[in-house]
Amino acid sequence: MNEQQTQVSHLGVVWKSLAVAFGMLVFVFVGLVPLYNLICDWTGLTGRTAGKYEVTDTSIVEDRIIKVQFLANNNGDMPWVFKPLETSVEVHPGEAKTVYFHAKNNTSIEMVAQAVPSVSPFQITEYFHKTECFCFEQQPLQAGESVDMGLQFIVDQDIPEEVNLITLSYTLFDITQVAKAN
Amino acid sequence: MTTAIQNHSSHDHHGPAKGIGRWLYTTNHKDIGTMYLWFSFSMFLLGGAFALVIRAELFQPGLQLVEPEFFNQMTTMHGLIMVFGAVMPAFVGLANWMIPMMIGAPDMALPRMNNLSFWILPFAFAMLASTLFMEGGAPNFGWTFYAPLSTTYAPPSVTFFIFAVHIMGASSIMGAINIIATIFNMRAPGMTYMKMPLFVWTWLITAYLLIAVMPVLAGVVTMMLMDIHFGTSFFNAAGGGSPVLFQHVFWFFGHPEVYIMILPAFGIVSAIIPAFSRKKLFGYVSMVYATGSIAILSFIVWAHHMFTVGMPYAAEVFFMYSTMLIAVPTGVKVFNWVATMFRGSISFETPMLFSIAFVILFTIGGFSGLMLAIAPADFQYHDTYFVVAHFHYVLVPGAVFSIMASVYYWLPKWTGHMYDETLGKTHFWLSFVGVNVTFFPQHFIGLAGMPRRIPDYALQFADFNMISSIGAFLFGFSQLLFLLIVVKCVIAGKKAPAKPWDGAEGLEWTVDSPAPYHTFEKPPKVE
Repeated sequence: MNEQQTQVSHLGVVWKSLAVAFGMLVFVFVGLVPLYNLICDWTGLTGRTAGKYEVTDTSIVEDRIIKVQFLANNNGDMPWVFKPLETSVEVHPGEAKTVYFHAKNNTSIEMVAQAVPSVSPFQITEYFHKTECFCFEQQPLQAGESVDMGLQFIVDQDIPEEVNLITLSYTLFDITQVAKAN
Repeated sequence: MTTAIQNHSSHDHHGPAKGIGRWLYTTNHKDIGTMYLWFSFSMFLLGGAFALVIRAELFQPGLQLVEPEFFNQMTTMHGLIMVFGAVMPAFVGLANWMIPMMIGAPDMALPRMNNLSFWILPFAFAMLASTLFMEGGAPNFGWTFYAPLSTTYAPPSVTFFIFAVHIMGASSIMGAINIIATIFNMRAPGMTYMKMPLFVWTWLITAYLLIAVMPVLAGVVTMMLMDIHFGTSFFNAAGGGSPVLFQHVFWFFGHPEVYIMILPAFGIVSAIIPAFSRKKLFGYVSMVYATGSIAILSFIVWAHHMFTVGMPYAAEVFFMYSTMLIAVPTGVKVFNWVATMFRGSISFETPMLFSIAFVILFTIGGFSGLMLAIAPADFQYHDTYFVVAHFHYVLVPGAVFSIMASVYYWLPKWTGHMYDETLGKTHFWLSFVGVNVTFFPQHFIGLAGMPRRIPDYALQFADFNMISSIGAFLFGFSQLLFLLIVVKCVIAGKKAPAKPWDGAEGLEWTVDSPAPYHTFEKPPKVE
């Protein structure tokens, strides 16, 4: 090895490369993941609904009727009975409406469940508001216990003209293990 | 510093150390390159054995040889071992051997790190392979390890898989940093960037891709680890996470990764085709820019792997067109290779045969990729054997053929012996026929609707699957001939001159064959 080459310091390029690698690792956690959630919230993609809604405008648009359908699914092997008491309701935009979902733990052990909502068509998620929802909370049930879980929602007054049918779907997840761990 | 130099120069006159210590403690780029290549070949045989289990099961419809659970483990391990164990280390091995010799450097910039980056690999793959013997079996969720298959529903061995991926990632990042430092700082006087051989250029760009995306892979498996063991919910819908997020992060790594596996192949073919056409490479500068463009575009096309996941129209259109855009620089490259051969004085030695096959068959794989890029059509092709045919066409007669071409091309330089040309050509034709018989029918069964990763299939797919399996066994066993040829060449053979290929260019041909243990201790003059 000649002297000139021995004296070249590689530290500069090594540190810069390591900085790129480390930067990308950080970017995955503080960049990509929040960005994904942000895009989902902005566009309504994946049908995610927002959290608890504070009512600001109590006017009711009497001349429009929106039909809201309800679906209830169990995720994987979730053994509970889970179904909406009414499969669909008709509401005026701006009108607060309460509906109930029935859940029953048929097993012989205490379990904890979490319902995850999805709204279709996804373009209107920002026009569908929940003032109260069982999906904001975890739902524990003793063996054999059952419950009617409430949901109060308002369809926004400014919902686009072409939409007159909304489908709200809930998937019920078994989170007993997770709830125990926390 | 002075003592270091003295020590080094006295050391230089020694040959390699004796015994196993030579390989354990070596910091010599040629030794490390050799170990990388042998390691990669052994992984190629292991991954190939898994592939043959898959093809044996698919020889006939119905379940014959293995349980469906084990079939899933085979598809997963085959993919992981071929991608991370066979193709990537082979290119790193070639980089270790050839880059210092091509740019007139005495060794890699960071020889000790070089030793480390190789020696952690066997541990990573031993850990990955050991999962086959664990309770619950090896990972069975496909090489793309989509959540929640790889989290909620994964076998317990998934944790070993995660740590194996961490180690592979660390190895790749260290290897990439070493290559960048070598190319930046160790070029011989006069070796300007635009005089570097294309293999060096493509590897420089590949190294940047590696340091940019291997951390993303490390990040995504870390999220899996946290979801599985620490109660987070990155990919768990019940806790507010999203399985689709996994696919986005994975393919943000995954698409640049597929170019990591093909860009060095472009460099190899750009060295071999001019040598056997006895012409200068057509369009050197455009080759460099095309490689750079492909690398940059690779970061904005990832969602074409997930067209069916439920993206908005605008996103489908964006990812469709950006993907098709990649065909432009790739087309430039194919054009340049063909133009290099045009009116050349071509001879068809084994490296050239593999390179020409590379150009033709890689282009077929590129075209089926374009078909898959068409978002509305992709809904039909998604997750069928058409996809399997597509990526095997770019990876086997693409990446793997280029590695074989490079082995034949540089074997005389490495061993000092000529390989057996007749056997080499036999190996080529067996491989060429084997690859096409294996993968070409998979286009048809894919278009007809046969899904991938399923151990059984409907009766109408039976004939093509049988043909495909026969091809796979032909291709697989032909590689034992490759092993024989290489071993034979290492042991004995016709003495190779310093420059066995009369059209070859580059600094590596200015040193003796076999290349001395230390080369370019005094930097060569590059005019």
